Amino acid sequence: MAQADDTAHVEGQQHPIGVYFKVWGLLFVLSAGSYAVDYFHLESYLRWTLIIVFMLLKAGLIVAIFMHMRWERLAMIYAITIPPVLVVVFMGLMVFEADYTFLTRGIFFSMGN
Amino acid sequence: MTETTQTEMGNSPLVPDGMRGFVTDWSSDQRAFKNVPWGKAMMWIFLLSDTFIFSCFLLSYMKVRMSTTVPWPNPSEVFALSFGGEPIPLILIAIMTFILISSSGTMAMAVMFGYKRDRRTTAILMLVTALFGASFVGMQVFEWTKLIVDEGVRPWGNPMGAAQFGSTFFMITGFHGFHVSIGVIFLFAIARKVWRGDYDLATRGFFTSRKGNYESVEIMGLYWHFVDLVWVFIFAFFYLW
Repeated sequence: MAQADDTAHVEGQQHPIGVYFKVWGLLFVLSAGSYAVDYFHLESYLRWTLIIVFMLLKAGLIVAIFMHMRWERLAMIYAITIPPVLVVVFMGLMVFEADYTFLTRGIFFSMGN
Repeated sequence: MTETTQTEMGNSPLVPDGMRGFVTDWSSDQRAFKNVPWGKAMMWIFLLSDTFIFSCFLLSYMKVRMSTTVPWPNPSEVFALSFGGEPIPLILIAIMTFILISSSGTMAMAVMFGYKRDRRTTAILMLVTALFGASFVGMQVFEWTKLIVDEGVRPWGNPMGAAQFGSTFFMITGFHGFHVSIGVIFLFAIARKVWRGDYDLATRGFFTSRKGNYESVEIMGLYWHFVDLVWVFIFAFFYLW
């Protein structure tokens, strides 16, 4: 982390208060954005893309700034952020399984009893 | 455990930054997290395990929603609320989202004032955070009551569509609400200690006989921000999808 030595680790995590206000404001804007997605009834891929984008931006800001991850050493950052990525594999397995269940149910219910 | 955990790292050649630092940290003896107090590392690891729990909930919700042959109730309509006029879609959930974000903001500032040893401001900000949290739980109680009493949603079925809607909803938001409630209690406990000046005097206490310092406020903050973080995902996947 090139910028890790600015104000961090004087005693604990100390950063100018402006950073928090900025992130707070940004989180409000992003939340308003994701609410707008629903309010204006956006549908299909546009809706899903926007939801995911707003969600990831919010999550990133909270973890990076509010939880100070940005100022930690890489040893810490990787130990905490890499394992959850494996959840994506789990998600893939479950999507596969859900499709299979849906198909089986479709066949079963179409047989009429 | 010694008290010298928050060491000055500076730009010592022994602890390089970047990728090289990552390798040397993890291959070094004794401790991998060089400048992180053990309490904070443990909180992070707890939060990582909690991430997996919530991931499992959200994944089972995804699986159930994808595989049902009955239409899923439209959350935008189910959670609409009318203030005398036209029902506004999802308005309560939006307010809850803004409240939780605001509580995260005040918590982040409480951590900052804690390290500045401004006891009064830290305690006040933590109490504000706790009140935001309590109002969030209150709104959730209102939401649950409306859903159970007025809409007739049960874990095993509901009048609007797929039966699994109720079970996943109560499971996911219930577990999250439980986290918020525990966080509020945790906040009051730490705020009281800050107010009394326990961390200035390094009074022994909390779970062990360890001497306290303002790291406790940051560790508390990590938990609180995590609760907000989980809500971001629930909001996106359960309410908006």
